[in-house]
Amino acid sequence: MELISQHAKRIMEGCKERARQAGLRFEDETLEYIVTNRDLVELGPKVMIPTLYDYWVQDVEVLREQGRYELYPNNPYETVINTRPPISYYNDNNPDWLNVMIFYHVIGHIDFFQNNLFFRHTWDYDFAGRALADKRLFAKLRSEKGRWVDYVIEFARTIDNLVGYFDLLAENGAAGSERPLTLLDYYFDLFLQRGPKSSVSRYSQEIERYNRMCREYPEDGETRFLKSVTEKHAELEALYAKKLKEKKTVGRTDPLLFLMEYSPFLNREENRWMLMVLEVIRSTSLYFQPQIRTKILNEGWASYWHDTLFLGDDRIRGHEVDYAIVNAKVTSMPRVGLNPYALGMRLFQYLEQRADRGRTGLAYFQTLDRHQRQRFDRDTGKGREYIFHIRQSHCDSMFVNSFIDQDFIDQHRLFVVGKRLNKERMTWQYYVKSRKAADYKEMVADSLYHPPRVQVSVGDNNVLVLEHLFEGKPLLRDFIQGVMLGLEFLWGGEVHLYTSVPIPRKAGRERDGQAKEETPKRTIEWKRFRYTMKDRTLARTLAE
Amino acid sequence: MHRLRQWVRQLEARGLTDEQRRVIEFELALVEQGGDPQQAHGLGPGPVSRSLYSYCDPELFAQGTASPVLSLVAAQSLDHLLQRDLQREQDGFPRKIRIGKLVKPGRDGDDKVVVIPTTVEEKLIHDRIPEDEEGEGGEGQEAGEGGAGEGEEGEVIGEQPVREEQGGGSGAGQGQGGAHELESTVYDLGRILTEQFALPNLRDKGKKRSLTRFAYDLTDKNRGFGQILDKKATLRRVLQTNIALGRVQAGTRVDTNTLMVSPRDRVYRILSKEKDYESQAVVFFVRDYSGSMAGKPTELVVNQHVLIYAWLTYQYQNQVETRFILHDTEAREVENFQAYYQMQVAGGTQVASAYRLVNRIVVEEELARDYSIYVFHGTDGDDWDTYGEEALPELEKMLVYTSRVGITIAENGLEGSRRSEVEKYLAKSGLLETKKELLRLDVMAKDSTEARVIEGIKRLIS
Repeated sequence: MELISQHAKRIMEGCKERARQAGLRFEDETLEYIVTNRDLVELGPKVMIPTLYDYWVQDVEVLREQGRYELYPNNPYETVINTRPPISYYNDNNPDWLNVMIFYHVIGHIDFFQNNLFFRHTWDYDFAGRALADKRLFAKLRSEKGRWVDYVIEFARTIDNLVGYFDLLAENGAAGSERPLTLLDYYFDLFLQRGPKSSVSRYSQEIERYNRMCREYPEDGETRFLKSVTEKHAELEALYAKKLKEKKTVGRTDPLLFLMEYSPFLNREENRWMLMVLEVIRSTSLYFQPQIRTKILNEGWASYWHDTLFLGDDRIRGHEVDYAIVNAKVTSMPRVGLNPYALGMRLFQYLEQRADRGRTGLAYFQTLDRHQRQRFDRDTGKGREYIFHIRQSHCDSMFVNSFIDQDFIDQHRLFVVGKRLNKERMTWQYYVKSRKAADYKEMVADSLYHPPRVQVSVGDNNVLVLEHLFEGKPLLRDFIQGVMLGLEFLWGGEVHLYTSVPIPRKAGRERDGQAKEETPKRTIEWKRFRYTMKDRTLARTLAE
Repeated sequence: MHRLRQWVRQLEARGLTDEQRRVIEFELALVEQGGDPQQAHGLGPGPVSRSLYSYCDPELFAQGTASPVLSLVAAQSLDHLLQRDLQREQDGFPRKIRIGKLVKPGRDGDDKVVVIPTTVEEKLIHDRIPEDEEGEGGEGQEAGEGGAGEGEEGEVIGEQPVREEQGGGSGAGQGQGGAHELESTVYDLGRILTEQFALPNLRDKGKKRSLTRFAYDLTDKNRGFGQILDKKATLRRVLQTNIALGRVQAGTRVDTNTLMVSPRDRVYRILSKEKDYESQAVVFFVRDYSGSMAGKPTELVVNQHVLIYAWLTYQYQNQVETRFILHDTEAREVENFQAYYQMQVAGGTQVASAYRLVNRIVVEEELARDYSIYVFHGTDGDDWDTYGEEALPELEKMLVYTSRVGITIAENGLEGSRRSEVEKYLAKSGLLETKKELLRLDVMAKDSTEARVIEGIKRLIS
């Protein structure tokens, strides 16, 4: 890896200047490197972070076929990484005009990394530096503990996709605004409602009584009320104290954090070094979380800006056709498939247009007449401002769910592709299944990255219990064994996993002697199963 | 087709159960519908769809060159990694490196099969709700994919044959490079399987044959005359002689000029005639490629056969010849592994045809005299010849000369979990017990894993 030439760097600086004028905001310093194919091969498994820790799986010949992404989306390789300063990678034989285009694309990414709120937790430090420190830590641990370091890395990585990223976001968002739970809150919010014979009338009676006391004794009404309550329910205070303690439990949805806090095995003196490994895996995973959740937005934003800025750039006159060819490759809507560059860019362009005409406000949505809607134009000129706001505060799922509407679908002639068997020709036919916005939205939302949600707790006999929250999807069964094996090791004892499994229910379809004419609609029944990992053997039982 | 119909009529004359008739009808229907859809209807290639996370900058902005990131990464040697994997087992964790096949797309469709180790990082991730596997029909339950452009709702925008029929014309020019590639990695794979997965070594049953071939080698020694002077041995002799004569004393410097050299001290190597005792094997891989085999059963069988081939290649130090035979109601021999691997048709099933062909080849080429013969047969267990009336006699003939016949039944799931015909008539014949040393059967469920496949190999060859 070497830095780009001074000539190319000058071009980059020119691009930054123009991007700033257009309103993009980013730090001054950036690093650009020329990479060879060999470099890329080595950087690939490290998600383009040159200083990421070493791990043997990176060394195994990994088959990175495209089909793999379908089940198992990883953080995609990027040209730019979100470090301080941001680092971007280039081929050394790109012509200047192409570099200009890529530079604008890269600047779009950098602006996105540094302004989108989902990246908030990556703003305060340089990940490349931190990764280097982690790498050295692992190297040192390896020299002391040998292969056991790699086992711990492996086991920690089995659950690193479940990190509590949204907990972190919530913490960042709500820092300081959280009010401690008072006894009064506890009484009304939990105690009264949880009890075996909770009733609405009793609840409102108590509210009424509380209000009356506050009115009658303006100074100490609340204290009096509480006193009467605690006299009546002797157990209340003890329960409250217990609840307060429980409140401090960390990471009920972050298994790594949970293990670090509560695992008896990890907290043994001789195993404490493993905590460091877990923390590195966890923070590394947290760092990558926003990237995979903003793929459409990030690529759309970068594509929007390379498109906008390139054509306005005076330095590249005469290369419009070359540009158009490359740009078409990057941002054309495929006949079948979902190109995040194309979809994101079109959405941004569409939203800018709409905001320019004032079609984002109440007035527009209250206009019900179709023709009036079509002619609706307030000429606000606020389009740019609006999309800058979206780039700051949205992630893919919000972006898709809020803004894909029928007008957008119609304008770009989008549709959902279905696949069916043609029995006469023995072919799979791809056909236009739906042109409705709702269906398209659902299809896009369905293909977004979404790891399972798992709640962790400790059950009887000190068993670690994982509760997979049912979201209409089963877990990939082949992987369960490996994951639970690792968890048993890190927990130091038995582990249970509860999850739902679809059981196909066969309708009586056997009609003898006939090639199947019609497959009856298949129905699925969901059953809750418990996987038990004990002494490195896995068992599955029906949990209900 | 006409012949198939005749066949069915014959079978019907003999009486069929409803169940059998249903299977036969199903396969006939497949023949009628299928055949070769690609050529018959001139379809274009089906649309390629990909996940939205597979798009990335380096690929899109690279000018024409495919992203190198999609290729393979190997920083540590395979042996090192396997060593590590062995250590895992000793530490009480299951192995993690698996043997995988990689189909490397060639330029003109001459795909190469390369065998590589792979591993996955297991995580809790969502799976799809399994599709309706039995019916292969109905509308997909999943949400579909994105698309853009013209077309009314319901309009067909592309199609793709359900089964890719390839091969047939896998003539010269194809396969050559591919076959070589396969050979070179197969030996390694066999070594890995034997060493790492503890597959048994072949037991030497005195089967080594002397061939009519002699090798001449400079292995014998002769004093006084010969072809090549063995300097070291000669010098030793010279010193012995001189010590015996008292011309060399311990502790003093040896003056080489004064040493006496007797003519008998010269030691020569001479050519000698050596009988070549290498054992050789010929392996018949037989695969059912009828309609009911499509999909997973084929995958499993072919997978297992690759691994068996690799193991034998290692055991016989590359002295393995392979013959590939495919059958539906008729058997045919194909030229190379590629064709064996890829070819699919939709036809009926008659196991006897394949056994007959193997027997004929062995007799015609007099293979039984010079070779250890192995036959591995993969099928889903369906046979129109329900009671094995024709298959069993052929099988018995085969068992006379073979070192091992291994039959793999990969269940196709069409019939639920009842035992398949082949399994039934084999069990009934009692051959599995009486000829235990020669005949083995392995029945795999449809959703078997790589580990199960290797387990199956142990069962077939141990």
